[in-house]
Amino acid sequence: MKNIKKIRLTLAAVVANIVVLSIYAVPFLFVLLNSFKDKRGASQMKMSWPEVFHPENYIDVANTPGSNLFVAFKNSMIITVMAVVLTIFLCSTVAFYIQRRNDRSSKILNSLLMIGLMVPVAVMPTIWVLQALNLYRLKLGLVFVQVAVGIPFSMMLFRSYIATIPKEIDEAAILDGCGTWRLFGNIIFPILSPVTATVIILTAINVFNDFANALYFLPGAGNATVQLTLYNFMGAYSNKWNLLFADIVIVCIPMVILFLFFNKQIVSGMTGGAVKG
Amino acid sequence: MDKRIYSKWLVVPSVLVYGIFFLLPTLLSFFFSMTIWNLTEWHFTGFDNFLMFFREPSLLISIQNTLIYAVLTCVSKTIVALLVAIMLATKLPTRNFLRSMIFFPTIISTVAVGIVFSSMMHPSRGLINSALAVIGIQGPDWLGNPNLALYSVILVDLWRGIGMAMMIYLAGIIAIPAEYGEALAVDGGNALDKFRHITLPLLRSSMNSVIILSFIGGLRSFDLIWAMTGGGPGFSTEILSSLVYKQYISGFYGLSTAGNIIMLALVALLAMPLQAWLTKREVEL
Repeated sequence: MKNIKKIRLTLAAVVANIVVLSIYAVPFLFVLLNSFKDKRGASQMKMSWPEVFHPENYIDVANTPGSNLFVAFKNSMIITVMAVVLTIFLCSTVAFYIQRRNDRSSKILNSLLMIGLMVPVAVMPTIWVLQALNLYRLKLGLVFVQVAVGIPFSMMLFRSYIATIPKEIDEAAILDGCGTWRLFGNIIFPILSPVTATVIILTAINVFNDFANALYFLPGAGNATVQLTLYNFMGAYSNKWNLLFADIVIVCIPMVILFLFFNKQIVSGMTGGAVKG
Repeated sequence: MDKRIYSKWLVVPSVLVYGIFFLLPTLLSFFFSMTIWNLTEWHFTGFDNFLMFFREPSLLISIQNTLIYAVLTCVSKTIVALLVAIMLATKLPTRNFLRSMIFFPTIISTVAVGIVFSSMMHPSRGLINSALAVIGIQGPDWLGNPNLALYSVILVDLWRGIGMAMMIYLAGIIAIPAEYGEALAVDGGNALDKFRHITLPLLRSSMNSVIILSFIGGLRSFDLIWAMTGGGPGFSTEILSSLVYKQYISGFYGLSTAGNIIMLALVALLAMPLQAWLTKREVEL
């Protein structure tokens, strides 16, 4: 009886692996293999081992004028880091207030923030506001939009974590003579480090992978982010699939690394926030 | 006491950023959707932009496509991800690896996913049709056939979105106490009974999250369609967000904003009541 169960489980495992791998691993393998082929080989779009390996594709991409790879990586990194730092500061403080105050004003604020989880970005008026503030076509302008769009989700993650910290800690600190900011900065914020780490990773993924906001709020070749150059590269070099695939691999590498190291945190952060909302 | 400790200065910075860069534009969009506008001057036109939306077939189709896209991605993710999650909640030896594999596309750039699948869906050379040819099926022109293109993109969206939905389900399945299943086994229930009477009811709240998330995601979706078809061929995959972009490029800023408002209206009129209804049912259970 036990043996039959074991055989059935192994059989199910084999089938599941074949199905999942052919649906999920094949596309990645396909891109990887074809990024090492020559132009003609890649344009055949076959799932085959390259006849000759062309690792120089990866250097060619960086040197192709349309790819703008170095500038784009620099831009994306700057924008991502600024957005992450700002998000952490804004969301942790406002979450602390909303969770602790728990009065009418904080409930209204909370509902206002939750609207942002559903409502799409109003494109043209945002451009209008950015122009009025002289922030249009500037990285800082895009950073502000990214942060504003990301506040609701990150705030929610912070809020539910802060709910697990006993309020007595605050009271003790106040009795010891702490003010609001010393209480938050020296005592609360350090306790938040697990959720801070999660928010850092999720914000980095969202901002780095964002395409639409950069398309609208940061036009211009010099400002192009990684996702924009990838999109433009597809338009300009649609016959050089080997370079296009190499470009995709390069653009995805930062996220692959993040995923390998923080897999558990990413999953629990994304799903936890989604369910609690 | 509370008022002094939790000073309002804690919220001022985020209220400013959120208010200026999100709420203010959202409010303004109601006004600007009723104008002809070039970012410096506007001319109030009432509901003309909206009337044009409903009169012009090329604009109207974007609303229809958005609804098809949102409903089909939502329904398919809700069902397929549940089955995948149940399969990967068993004692399968490689379950962790498979879960990661399926979740992985969630964190990859949507543009990259779109480009890769465009190449795999190439009518003559693409991997998918080559694979179909092996078993003697002549594959269709996935993205070139106007009657099929929208559904092809929906299929890719499903591929990309299952991972996230599956993880939400798995978090719910793990929270189900094992005793329930044991009790049912003692009473002589089989796997199907377990699914119907234990797993499904107790996963209600996870399922509601999946439904709402994927429905709203579907209504707002842009990147994937834009990278794969750009709204074409013709208007066959035109959705509201791609139309907003096209009107913006053509300089019809008022019309573009009206598209935004229609998107917002769909969220407010469909997604929010849906969520309220699902939450109510969840409580009743």
